[in-house]
Amino acid sequence: MSAGAAAIGTARLPGGHYGPLGQLRSEWTKMRTVRSTIWALVATVVAVIGIGALATAVTAAHWRSGGIVDRVNFDPTARSLAGLFLGQIVIGVLGVLVMSAEYGTGTIRATLSAVPNRPLVLACKTAVFALVALVASEVLTFGAFFLGQALLRGSTPYATLGQPGVLRAVVGAGLVLTVLGLFALGLATIIRHTAGALTAYVGLLLVLPLIIQAFPQSFQHSVMKFMPLVIGERMAATRATTHAFGGIPLLSPWVGFALLCVYSAAVLVIGGILMVRRDA
Amino acid sequence: MIEAHGLTKHYGKTLAVDSLSFEVRPGQVTGFLGPNGSGKSTTMRMIMGLDRPDAGEARINGRPYRDLPWPLHEVGALLEAKAIHPGRSAFNHLWMLAQTHGIGRRRVDEVLELVGLAEVAGRRAGKFSLGMGQRLGIAAALLGDPAVLLFDEPVNGLDPEGILWVRTLLRHLAGEGRTVFVSSHLMSEMALTADHVVVIGRGRLIADRPVAELVADRSRQFVRVRTPEPQRLVPLLESAGGQVDPGTDGALTVTGLGAEAIGDLAGEHGVRLHELTPLQASLEEAFMDLTRDSVEFGARQEAGPAATVPSAPGPGAAR
Repeated sequence: MSAGAAAIGTARLPGGHYGPLGQLRSEWTKMRTVRSTIWALVATVVAVIGIGALATAVTAAHWRSGGIVDRVNFDPTARSLAGLFLGQIVIGVLGVLVMSAEYGTGTIRATLSAVPNRPLVLACKTAVFALVALVASEVLTFGAFFLGQALLRGSTPYATLGQPGVLRAVVGAGLVLTVLGLFALGLATIIRHTAGALTAYVGLLLVLPLIIQAFPQSFQHSVMKFMPLVIGERMAATRATTHAFGGIPLLSPWVGFALLCVYSAAVLVIGGILMVRRDA
Repeated sequence: MIEAHGLTKHYGKTLAVDSLSFEVRPGQVTGFLGPNGSGKSTTMRMIMGLDRPDAGEARINGRPYRDLPWPLHEVGALLEAKAIHPGRSAFNHLWMLAQTHGIGRRRVDEVLELVGLAEVAGRRAGKFSLGMGQRLGIAAALLGDPAVLLFDEPVNGLDPEGILWVRTLLRHLAGEGRTVFVSSHLMSEMALTADHVVVIGRGRLIADRPVAELVADRSRQFVRVRTPEPQRLVPLLESAGGQVDPGTDGALTVTGLGAEAIGDLAGEHGVRLHELTPLQASLEEAFMDLTRDSVEFGARQEAGPAATVPSAPGPGAAR
């Protein structure tokens, strides 16, 4: 047996208090010890690098047969980051699962029994996810950029990091992925079910812009620029060509990114408040 | 030491726990008994700080759960079987809990050994049987070597060997001076394990007393008598002060007279007896007696005709 009767009681408790360091370690262990994390990351790699490579290879192959307008507006950086679109969905899946799996499996009750401070649990989970997502996203966007430019070189104009707007687009695309992952995590904290949270995430990311397109153009022009998808696309482009965005007005890349951060912070804060109030 | 003071919890309009107060003391196994749906799990979750009471308060070692500096070192709980990510191994499930408290790997291995899961420590918990899931839950409860332990229906899904193991473990933990609080809907199980019981029904406290006392108080002595001549025996028994209840199977249930008295009486009058069995109402019956009025969805509850038929649906049973 673990301990004799003499050892029982609060007298042998270590000093201090549980805290963020242990909880960060715990969240990291939780994240790396389930396969869904690995699979979601692999899917993100395939989405971002694979689609970027495909898009640039196709462009390189068809460059000579392309129209003059296409050639003038060609943004090699944005083309190599074409996988960002799908990457946003996959990182959202990861963000949702990191939280919803706790509720779906009942692990949340073990987690909160060990650490009853719920805001601390959410903060540590968010921090660990943010770090993992940031490193993965930046590796992926840089990977997609370099691979894409290598495929374009020789056939078409290509970009280098020193050109105006290129470094911002590549770094920014990774940041957008990370913050969208956090947005998904926040939604899952509010909704607590994998399917529901995923539906909400995909709905806000993809379906909402489609719905807006059904409205008159004046309305589209006033709200489309606030859509996460549009903000992400703008970030991945080195310049805002009217051609690429169907003529809709856009926010500047960093203003758009700041707005994305506000969205994510808002759902995380609401999620945190609900987490404290609701029964686990 | 666990204290509940006026714990109350509503789910919508349903009153799940109704101003419940009790104390669970160290050094003994305290059973927490009640029919299914009587509020046991809700009460345990409120003690663990997982559910927020609408009124009242639960304290562990004098503090609300949320104020414990090192919860796993003070309280361990098995709240539900298999509340574990199916993709995570047994070791990693315990390891992620251990890390929150700076508990070392050696202790994780130790509790895995203790519950008999050392050999499957690396296997994903989704492959575990219900019994193995229970053992892993118990390992998690013991991880921080806490002085207070809560187990919600720990023998559910266990085979006889597992049930015996849990009983022995509970007694052992109490013997070490720990506070052990175990819920069950089976009085017979508690009779074998608990020293003290807290009985609830419909979220209200029905009894809070030592098991031995409850048994002595609640169980009635009676004698089952079988005779081919009940028309002669019944008046004799009744005139001697016995109460006779003619059973459905042809046997008489006699209270108020001992087996010896009934045998002597029959012998004196030449009444033939085919059976004379002294019986004691089981604990199960004592429990049913206690909770009869508080069973949420008991068979006695008269509802619409469609709701009262528990048998297999016939051709006319609409769903």
